[in-house]
Amino acid sequence: MTVVLFVEQCLNGIQFGLMLFLLAAGLTLVFGVMDLINLAHGSLYMIGAYLTATLTAATGSFLLGLPLAVVATAVIGMALEAGLLRHLYRRDHLSQVLATFALIMIANEATRAIWGVQSLPLNVPDVLSGSVEVLPGVGYPAYRLLIIGVGTLVALALYVLVTRTRMGMLVRAGASNRDMATAMGTDIRRLFTLVFGIGAALCALAGAMLGPLLAVQVGMGENILILAFVVVVIGGIGSVRGAFVGALLVGIVDTFGRAFIPATLRAFAPPALADAAGPSLAAISIYLLMVMVLFWKPQGLFPARG
Amino acid sequence: METSGTLPGARLERDAWWQRAAPLAALALLVALPPLANACGQEFYIGFASRVLIMGLFATSLNLLVGTGGMVSLGHAAFFGCGAYVVGILATEWPGKGELALLAWPAAMAASAALALLIGAISLRTRGVYFIMITLAFAQMLFYVALTLKAYGGDDGMSLARRSTLPGIDLASDVSFYYVVLTLAAGSLLLSGRLAAARFGRVLLGIKDNEARMESLGYPVYRYKLTAFVISGAFAGLAGALMANQNSFFSPNMMHWEQSGIALVMVILGGLGNLWGGMAGAAVFLVLEEVLAAFTRHWAIGVGAILLAVVFFAPRGIAGLWAQRR
Amino acid sequence: MNLLEVRALVKRFGGLAATDGVNLDVRRGEIHALIGPNGAGKTTLISQVCGTLQPDAGSILFAGVDVTRLAADERARLGFARSYQITSLFPSFTVLDNVVLAVQARRGSSFRFWRPAAEETGLADAAREILQQTGLALLARRMARELSHGEHRQLEIALALATQPSLLILDEPMAGMGGEESARMVSLIEGLRGTYSILLVEHDMDAVFRLADRISVLVAGRIIATGPVAEIRADAEVRLAYLGEDEA
Ligand SMILES: Nc1ncnc2c1ncn2[C@@H]1O[C@H](COP(=O)(O)OP(=O)(O)OP(=O)(O)O)[C@@H](O)[C@H]1O
Ligand SMILES: [Mg+2]
Repeated sequence: MTVVLFVEQCLNGIQFGLMLFLLAAGLTLVFGVMDLINLAHGSLYMIGAYLTATLTAATGSFLLGLPLAVVATAVIGMALEAGLLRHLYRRDHLSQVLATFALIMIANEATRAIWGVQSLPLNVPDVLSGSVEVLPGVGYPAYRLLIIGVGTLVALALYVLVTRTRMGMLVRAGASNRDMATAMGTDIRRLFTLVFGIGAALCALAGAMLGPLLAVQVGMGENILILAFVVVVIGGIGSVRGAFVGALLVGIVDTFGRAFIPATLRAFAPPALADAAGPSLAAISIYLLMVMVLFWKPQGLFPARG
Repeated sequence: METSGTLPGARLERDAWWQRAAPLAALALLVALPPLANACGQEFYIGFASRVLIMGLFATSLNLLVGTGGMVSLGHAAFFGCGAYVVGILATEWPGKGELALLAWPAAMAASAALALLIGAISLRTRGVYFIMITLAFAQMLFYVALTLKAYGGDDGMSLARRSTLPGIDLASDVSFYYVVLTLAAGSLLLSGRLAAARFGRVLLGIKDNEARMESLGYPVYRYKLTAFVISGAFAGLAGALMANQNSFFSPNMMHWEQSGIALVMVILGGLGNLWGGMAGAAVFLVLEEVLAAFTRHWAIGVGAILLAVVFFAPRGIAGLWAQRR
Repeated sequence: MNLLEVRALVKRFGGLAATDGVNLDVRRGEIHALIGPNGAGKTTLISQVCGTLQPDAGSILFAGVDVTRLAADERARLGFARSYQITSLFPSFTVLDNVVLAVQARRGSSFRFWRPAAEETGLADAAREILQQTGLALLARRMARELSHGEHRQLEIALALATQPSLLILDEPMAGMGGEESARMVSLIEGLRGTYSILLVEHDMDAVFRLADRISVLVAGRIIATGPVAEIRADAEVRLAYLGEDEA
């Protein structure tokens, strides 16, 4: 294993982890505070990516398309919350699963109806298409560095929002004790809508940033949704800090698993077995991680509720 | 199964005549379906009906877990897929003997049961949302393992050379296969009904209602839950084995989490904890899909909208609507 | 002849020692009342005795056998039964089926998959007897969730009795009851005397003084006195620590 490869994979893992965090932060709050299992969270990510691609094409600029798409997705998210999801907070988890599963079906099909079945082109802006020397002799794509930078900034901003503001205090109170949140009165509805909107905006941001790296296509939301849920569960439902740690853990384990498990296996096991088992072992490494965490801590790493 | 568990005094009240007659009428209709379809030149519907019954069986097995035992699993497709793969692998590795239904199908059930024992033993340490997610994680693991089984088609899946064989019955014929499926589905439904009304089912309902109290009454709750998990997994495996035969095909998609989601949707749609819930839900879901698909390419929007309507206007599913009409 | 022996039991929640070295004996056949102010640690103690809460230190002996490490359901099968301070029933079952479920717990295995439980007349008959005894016979077919608070409390006791325990642990059976209901509960418990060994937690002092053979006083996680009713009534420390609030 060369140093270059190692550094590169570390950065890849962190980059992926930070994007997962953007998704998981909203998911864990909606989960912890509103007690809503929102399977449709991934759909907001997909919508964010599609809007970014469309608006980038329309305005001719990624830097213009991205913020517009983020705002638009936040508005869609808040409308969804106020019009529909709000009525699910007091329902059982099963009803929530059914309703948000239905939303996935609708969102996917509507996306197909509007944008067609082909994946949309969304390219790295020209200025960022080069690479930067992160260590002497080690180049790394500038765009991925930007993702790391943006992800870190957003994580910091969220940290300040959750720990230093009145809204953050209310949200934390809600995650650790739902009755308390309810008891705090009337502006709780507006708070929930706002939290949901922020979650949707973070989804869109992740979708927009990852769009040029992965494909912008129907179904992109579900794949990453499962990963985001894994992050939330590993971190402990309702804990933003847990989501952060969980996201980096999942990002790094997944990246390293894919990069190194097959090669490592080939060094020890017969080639036929290694070729067969390597990729699957790499693909399931994060699920193994989650099962191990839950086996050891059934409430996740940072249980928000006492 | 809906008896004294959920409806006031229902056990002692007699159902209305049409409610008692309904299952028999449904059975008669299902028995008469192949000749009717043939007479109308609509053989397509025989295969469709088989698919409904198989998905109904799959959903019924999940209903035992979720509706009776209160264990919400989002990874039930693992057992469905496992059953299919056992049939596929046996047929590929051992042509002839491995294609005997009397060997392959019980083997599929046994393998799914063993898998359920393993997954359940770990998952049942957690509760609620964590249980939902850990079952999902296990199913995803199997999905990815299946993706990399290059010898069995990898992510494309694999076709079976032919259906399993039964002495004296030609399963290659869609009509014969349909009757075998109908028999197995009816048998499983009967079993599931007995099980739910028997002591075991009452204990599961009690656990769903108040787990801590069941423990303090002296029930080894974990053992009951694990047993239910294994039984449910075995029947999901049977459904998977039948589906592989119906389509003469199996693929990793049978284990995809959306498959688990659809089964859960069918259960809720049909009626949670209701004996007929799984079957009714599968029938309504698949018929809806079929009908809407005839009108628009974007039928999924219609199905989604109807599911939403069910959540908000018929929270107890179709079976709930049925019961309200007493 | 002690049925239950609690030795040097400790349970901490963070910095708070909710149970702080408790020793307690319940003799066979006696009604032993456990009293103490709100938050003294009574429910915490009971939960450890029943096995729903693991103690940090100390031991619990039942009929001479150490049960400290046994799970709640294992203890229940040995003969522990508990009624909860905060009602804990099966709300979507009928009253009769609530009790049937409890009877079923002690009569043979429930790993039975074929024969409808409703056809096992033995179960229903035993359950009806318990309902008769606890004054719930007329409510047999009502849903548990539809009952009044007082009836919920009676059903709590019925569930506990239906498992044919040897040690009955009642956590504030009269909590929130009116005078008439309380009186009925007192005579119900009076009727159990001798058949069961009873550990009774109760705030209603009149009831305690009428029912108890012996009383233990728990204050801030420690037993400050144990003895016959008259002795406890006379105990100066107890009066100061606890009874003073009521009787001064
Ligand atoms: N799970 C818990 N975590 C933290 N503290 C707890 C927990 N359970 C109980 N306590 C604390 O332990 C102390 C004893 O509580 P407990 O419920 O045993 O009192 P009690 O004597 O039953 O009171 P009451 O008469 O009000 O029922 C209280 O201070 C309570 O706040
Ligand atoms: Mg108490």
